[in-house]
Amino acid sequence: MHVRGKEGGIGPPDNIKEDIKDMKLKQLALGLIAAVAITGSASAYELTVPTMDYRTGPYAPNGIPFANGFSDYFTLLNERDGGINGVRIKLVPCETGYNTKKGVECYEKTKKVGSGALFYSPLSTGMTYQLIPKVTADGIPLYTMGYGRTSAANGKVFKWVFNVPLTYWDGATVAVKYAGEKSGGMDKLKGKKIALVYHNSAYGKEPIRTLQVLSKKFGFDLKLLPVDHPGQEQKATWLQIRRDKPDWVFMWGWGVMNQVAIKEAASIRFPMDHFVGVWWSGSENDVLPAGIKADGYKSLAFHAPGADFPLHKDILKYVYDGGKAVDPGFKARVGEVLYNRGLINALWASEAIRTGMNIHKTKEPTAAMVRDGFEALDVSEDRLKELGLPGFTFGVKVTCANHKGPGKVAIQSWDAKAKKWSIVTKFYQPMDDVTGPLIAEDSAKYAKENNITPRTCK
Amino acid sequence: MMFFLEVTISGLMAGVMYSLVALGFVLIFKASGVFNFAQGVMALFAGLTLVGLMEKFGLPPWAGIMATIAVMILLAWLIEFLILRRLVNQEHIILFMATIGLAYVLEGLGDVMWGSDVKLLDIGLPQGAVDWLLDDYNLYVEKLEVAAAVTAVIMVIVLAIFFQKTRIGRALRAVADDHQAALSVGISLRTIWVIVWSVSGIVALVAGIMWGSKSGVQFSLSLIALKALPVLMLGGFTSIPGAIIGGLIIGMGEKWAEIYMGPIIGGAIENWFAYMLALVFLLFRPQGLFGEKIIERI
Repeated sequence: MHVRGKEGGIGPPDNIKEDIKDMKLKQLALGLIAAVAITGSASAYELTVPTMDYRTGPYAPNGIPFANGFSDYFTLLNERDGGINGVRIKLVPCETGYNTKKGVECYEKTKKVGSGALFYSPLSTGMTYQLIPKVTADGIPLYTMGYGRTSAANGKVFKWVFNVPLTYWDGATVAVKYAGEKSGGMDKLKGKKIALVYHNSAYGKEPIRTLQVLSKKFGFDLKLLPVDHPGQEQKATWLQIRRDKPDWVFMWGWGVMNQVAIKEAASIRFPMDHFVGVWWSGSENDVLPAGIKADGYKSLAFHAPGADFPLHKDILKYVYDGGKAVDPGFKARVGEVLYNRGLINALWASEAIRTGMNIHKTKEPTAAMVRDGFEALDVSEDRLKELGLPGFTFGVKVTCANHKGPGKVAIQSWDAKAKKWSIVTKFYQPMDDVTGPLIAEDSAKYAKENNITPRTCK
Repeated sequence: MMFFLEVTISGLMAGVMYSLVALGFVLIFKASGVFNFAQGVMALFAGLTLVGLMEKFGLPPWAGIMATIAVMILLAWLIEFLILRRLVNQEHIILFMATIGLAYVLEGLGDVMWGSDVKLLDIGLPQGAVDWLLDDYNLYVEKLEVAAAVTAVIMVIVLAIFFQKTRIGRALRAVADDHQAALSVGISLRTIWVIVWSVSGIVALVAGIMWGSKSGVQFSLSLIALKALPVLMLGGFTSIPGAIIGGLIIGMGEKWAEIYMGPIIGGAIENWFAYMLALVFLLFRPQGLFGEKIIERI
């Protein structure tokens, strides 16, 4: 029933009006409080992802594309999907300059930011070695994709460290496999000479042990040629290669060392198709300074180069055209090898976060939950397709005992005329029969030194 | 025997490349008694500016080089105006610390202006091995390093004439000996500093071009200063010929060490071996091979 009010209009009497008004105000206030509480808690919780970048210093040319790929992927998830499972990601950049000491400082500085760091990817083997005991004590996963301590592949010992999808030792075995295949069979490696030109650091030294074992197994001579940081001057190294005439040269280089080595190899007329770098020695930066002479240079690879994937189109649309890129000037370089490396690192990590959230049925995962996500990570080729990267790389699956995944490696070749990398082989299986015992031996040694009782995995 | 010859020649050539950087240090030290920590970064900055100007404005190499020289002169003026003139008569350590600050400022400025990615530098310098030596004598010598050697010889001659035979050169030496005494005879300290930092900037540009042509212009270029330090220790901080001879000895010594001793003691010894060699020379000639012996009478 409607009655006329004070002003003669249709509506309740004034006293009732006042009551209703009060009630509405209360409801509004309660609603507001509830809304603030809800949005307040939503904005308080973000998925905190520290990005340990190196955009300055001598290794910046390699650090920048990787950092951009890494950040752009998380930015895309925020802009296109509203984050992971609806929870936004907060990136916390910290500049390491590829300096181990600064990297450790970054870790200490960022681990408690926001709701706490969910994982770290330092992009440095030196930093990885320093951070392993720290993350183990703090309970934060350390994701060292294709670098770091190889024996961390043993999840029974290294509960908090993941190096999926492969390790340097996998790379070393595939490089030898490729050399054997090109020589006409593994038995043909007997008596051949292989030189390893390596960055004289924890990173560069990683494949030595495996190559020594392989040298014994297949009967080739292994020549070790360290190059000191940063590797601007390598004349002595390449004179030795000229003198010893190895059949193959493998390279574990980084930064300017790669560019100088490829130029020196070209100068001494070392055949480029017998020069194979690790995946960190196979970016556009590494080969362009050598010009046409770098044609045919090879490197190991675990993902495709190029920007011809639906994911890249989304990144250009949502991140670059949307004005959200951390480095807008990089747009024309999206799809470079190291950019794609950062991208896939972020993709696998974000899938681990998603898996952790799903396992624990939460929107507010802790670092420990994300660790569980890493350990249950299963990104099949079909899932890659869903994520916009069909055929970009192989499917990966992590288990409690195996933190390195399948370890497959392909070979990519540089076409200097087209200025383009292309994958030119299948993805080879690594020699697990060689790396398995080495991983077991090294991780057992680590466990003993650090008083760790290996976990039991089902 | 041929290999030994090849190692020796390569060592000498590498030494010349170090000398190009060392020369810049010598110039400033000679004229102002300041060890310019920023010399390596100046080479980087000059290289970045050259490539940047060539890329951005489509300049041909000669125009790019002229424009970069202008930038380096402007930089010298700014360094004098903003830093040096405010530190006249301060202890040398204060000036040294100012150059440390300058190194970081220049590195940051280079990054902001031209970015951190690897830049290709092609001003038409020859690349690769000298073909006829390699084909006919199996002797590997790099064309770029030959070009660097020729450039270094020309630079030394020009600088020696400049320092010894010109009024400005004599004024530079007077300033180096004693700021106040030089001022008292009417030499303008500020002008001299601008000139010497400009010349040093041009030398840095030459070093930047040679090293940049070798590996692309990138931030690791700033670390080539580390290669020049043993050269300076050995050749003396005040001698232009010393920078060249020191470079040759260091280059040759480190290559011999790396190739003949490296395999025995583990390799990658050339960096520290250069310093060890310089240290040994220091024990016998603290002023370096060609440095001025300082005798202070009481």
